[in-house]
Amino acid sequence: MPDSFLILAGLAGIGLMLAAGPLGAFVVWRRMAYMGDATAHAAILGVALALASGMPVAAGTTVVALLMALAVTVLSNRGRGADTALGVLAHSALAFGLVAVSFLPNVRSDLSSWLFGDVLTVGMGDLLWIWGGSVAVLALLVWRWDALLTATVNEELAQAAGIDPRREKLTLTLALALVVAVALKIVGALLIAALLIIPAAAARALARTPEAMAVWAVAVGAVSVVAGLSLSLFLDTPAGPSIVAAAAGLFGLSLIPFRAR
Amino acid sequence: MKLVEASRLCIRHGAQAVLENVDFAISAGEIVTIVGPNGSGKSTLVRALIGLEQLVSGTVVRRPGLGIGYVPQRLHLDAALPMTVARFLSLPGRVGGDAAARALDRTGVPGLEDRQVASLSGGQLQRVLLARALLARPEILILDEPTQGLDQPGTAAFYRLIEEVRRETGVAVLMVSHDLHVVMSASDRVVCLNGHVCCEGTPSVVSAAPAYRALFGAGTGGAFALYRHVHDHAHDGTTDAHDHPHGHNHDHGHAQGDAHRHEDEDA
Repeated sequence: MPDSFLILAGLAGIGLMLAAGPLGAFVVWRRMAYMGDATAHAAILGVALALASGMPVAAGTTVVALLMALAVTVLSNRGRGADTALGVLAHSALAFGLVAVSFLPNVRSDLSSWLFGDVLTVGMGDLLWIWGGSVAVLALLVWRWDALLTATVNEELAQAAGIDPRREKLTLTLALALVVAVALKIVGALLIAALLIIPAAAARALARTPEAMAVWAVAVGAVSVVAGLSLSLFLDTPAGPSIVAAAAGLFGLSLIPFRAR
Repeated sequence: MKLVEASRLCIRHGAQAVLENVDFAISAGEIVTIVGPNGSGKSTLVRALIGLEQLVSGTVVRRPGLGIGYVPQRLHLDAALPMTVARFLSLPGRVGGDAAARALDRTGVPGLEDRQVASLSGGQLQRVLLARALLARPEILILDEPTQGLDQPGTAAFYRLIEEVRRETGVAVLMVSHDLHVVMSASDRVVCLNGHVCCEGTPSVVSAAPAYRALFGAGTGGAFALYRHVHDHAHDGTTDAHDHPHGHNHDHGHAQGDAHRHEDEDA
């Protein structure tokens, strides 16, 4: 029987994947990887602002991540030239966050846990927040699923069917901000985007429909969480990066046997 | 009542005026073909009609609750997005397996349900796109250059299919084409667009003479017709209506030369 902190960590990771699996599929389909990075990096700035102002960290990261995601959405609507602007935003958000954190001595000493996560210290309160946020995102995605998928396939086709593609983009933006805030404790700001993209990419080879890919992404993510935590336990490696490394290993495996047509 | 009506439509993309003072309307059961050179604002007009463009001025009025069946110019599915034909037909409204099978049968591509959309040929994809559009029982079909990438017999077969569907269901058809001179013969009206409406008219049906048959290839079954541009207005103050400053000089009435050009493109 593993220790209770491992069980909590595992439950936290699996809870996160419930939302990160299907959302990650959309991130892959819509090529939003850059947007995921920018939003996740902004979370560090959120942490600094929350701690400086005495707000709960979860609220601070959600708000700042949401603002960043909205800014990126506006920029990405401007087409090709936006690429540079996105790069500027993504990296300056991280830099400003790190600078802001340096003014807070108690956070400064604990910086690596915000950058790479600290899943082994997850408590019951964290677990409730993680599952609550994840289930809310999952419910949002399930509710809007057909509309989101249609808007992803083709904007005009969606609009002609009475679906506003801009609204669906906003739905994904909101979901992304929430998932970033939820995932911060588990894998940290630098590896959140990895947990969105890698399980979904690994699921691609296993699926023939979008729904199957989303479900497989959750499964791959859950296996990565368990495998990564085991790796961390036996080799004494950091938990968050170990989970991502396990996911990357599964992605490698998914390339080997066959390619789904 | 008109299904969709645009009045005095002006649209800009950045500083560039894409559409200026465009009036357009389509009625129930009508087949209208919009032709124009590349960059003439055809796709922008279509996007405006379905409500995706910001208007600088003018109005677009759609009949309330209008059912639109849209067939896009191309469908770029990201390689990372797995999609069977059956799943695609259920976007956004779920349809039963029977209805999906009937729709594929009607558009001439039966039994494709389990294929991945990305693996279809150009002709198959167009018919699957049409099947999906028809499943919602629309009052108007909007097709944005649907025959791009089809050869001449393929285009003719697709035009005949559209005509049959119109006859069976009474659906209005708005067809966009970049071919200025050879249009679908079933078109009730042809609108020539180049930032503004250059001219509007009916296609002249290709005669049954063997010479025309030879030009359009065998087996096109009368799907094509010629469109004769009659521009009744002058540009830039010139009085010669045939002098186009937009670089799309039409060879008015030179059917033979046009048809040759068409064949060259297909070769």
